[in-house]
Amino acid sequence: MREEIITSGRLNPYIDPHLEIWHWHIPLYLFLGGLAAGILFFASLYTILGKENKYSGAVKRAPIIVPFILMIGLTALFFDLKHKLYFWQLYTVIRIQSPMSWGAWTLMAITPLSMVWAAIHIREFFPNWDWKFTILKEMEKFAIKYKIYLAWAILYFSVILGIYTGILFSAFNARPLWNTSILGPLFLTSGLSAGAAVIIMFSKRPKERINFAKIDIMLIGIELFLIVHMFMGFLASTQVQIDAANLFLGGPYTAPFWIFVVIIGMIIPAILEFMELRKFHIPAIIPVVLVLFGSLMLRFIISYAGQMSRWLY
Amino acid sequence: MRYAMAIDTKKCVGCSDCVVACQTENNVPIGYCRDWIVEITDGTYPQLETEIRSERCNHCENSPCVRCCPTGASHYEAGGIVTVTHDECIGCGACITSCPYDARYSHPDGYVDKCTFCMHRVQKGQQPACVAVCPTKCMYFGDLDDPNSEVSQIMKKRKHKTLIPEAGTKPHVYYLI
Repeated sequence: MREEIITSGRLNPYIDPHLEIWHWHIPLYLFLGGLAAGILFFASLYTILGKENKYSGAVKRAPIIVPFILMIGLTALFFDLKHKLYFWQLYTVIRIQSPMSWGAWTLMAITPLSMVWAAIHIREFFPNWDWKFTILKEMEKFAIKYKIYLAWAILYFSVILGIYTGILFSAFNARPLWNTSILGPLFLTSGLSAGAAVIIMFSKRPKERINFAKIDIMLIGIELFLIVHMFMGFLASTQVQIDAANLFLGGPYTAPFWIFVVIIGMIIPAILEFMELRKFHIPAIIPVVLVLFGSLMLRFIISYAGQMSRWLY
Repeated sequence: MRYAMAIDTKKCVGCSDCVVACQTENNVPIGYCRDWIVEITDGTYPQLETEIRSERCNHCENSPCVRCCPTGASHYEAGGIVTVTHDECIGCGACITSCPYDARYSHPDGYVDKCTFCMHRVQKGQQPACVAVCPTKCMYFGDLDDPNSEVSQIMKKRKHKTLIPEAGTKPHVYYLI
């Protein structure tokens, strides 16, 4: 039997025996970024379509949490940096070829925009809210006057934010599992699905909830299609990508991926939401929590498994 | 000018002198290395073949680490040497993740570190530390654009390969086979 024995003298921390440079911070941030992108996408979309009152859960209520989500995500990102005090170097250049540079600048744009959006809808939660200072009141008036342009900007940046979280991974050709352009659309869809789930939770109107349950079922369908498509692509590709797919098809990530992401995070909530449409009474929180859990697990598993997949040895 | 290294796998005995020389020369923290030895034994017993390689950053012409760096800390120096400016590095780990050779590591001080082809020595006209100490003289370093350089001469005479050429990185560390 032909055998190959490889001995390497390298034992660098976080690099060997396999890469483990990115821990929980990155997948947590990718989840929160995707979720924020999902909520903002629907908020701006329904504003542009002129259905603010019909979809007030999406436009006015859910976006209130986005600045907090983004801030938690950004904090996680900051803690991931190993040379923390130099983080400002990110904002000294724009590097077109680096997805991380794109992401840093997109966050720089979308975080304040999401704060403005939450601020102009704050009366949805606190009807007697008073900004106290004239300048703040003037700013609010200005933002409300140009709300439609704000919505267009948020729509644009939310799609970039949602898709870049996947592109960040897929741009690494050194990690065959990540090196697929499907990851961009997959993470975007997953983020939109998580966003739709949160909107269901925030919505007060049954009709809006039903509409977002339908949207969520459709998005879960797209996600399942993209996942199958991703594995088909891997299995038809080179040996390193076949090995990467095998991490999920018999390898160490098989059970976590198919059970936590696909079954618990996609198929069960889709069935529950479908049953709700068929007039079964299901507490809305259950599918919402499952979708969010699945979305988080997708990031965690893809992040950790990707670091295990490699070219050499 | 295009710096390159050629390493003779037929002469290398895997003594790790290059590893220790690098650690000493570059003050590499204990437990880390910028270069390392790999031994690969392949075949069907008793027809076995062993290849010993001294590996390091390949100073690729199409470096994924330079491409993905969000701050420009990872960059090309004169002669195509790939290095990291410590004060510009935020320690995000993108370059570590992007390297198919896993040639970079996170320095305990926070920034990312790697082989520099001993740029500080090369600029003075000296050889990189690993090349200078090799007891079997299995390493050759020089300018590939100069047809008379030692590295150009040996590569004309000998068959050679690079590691994972299919990754499209165009490495500039060659292994003579």
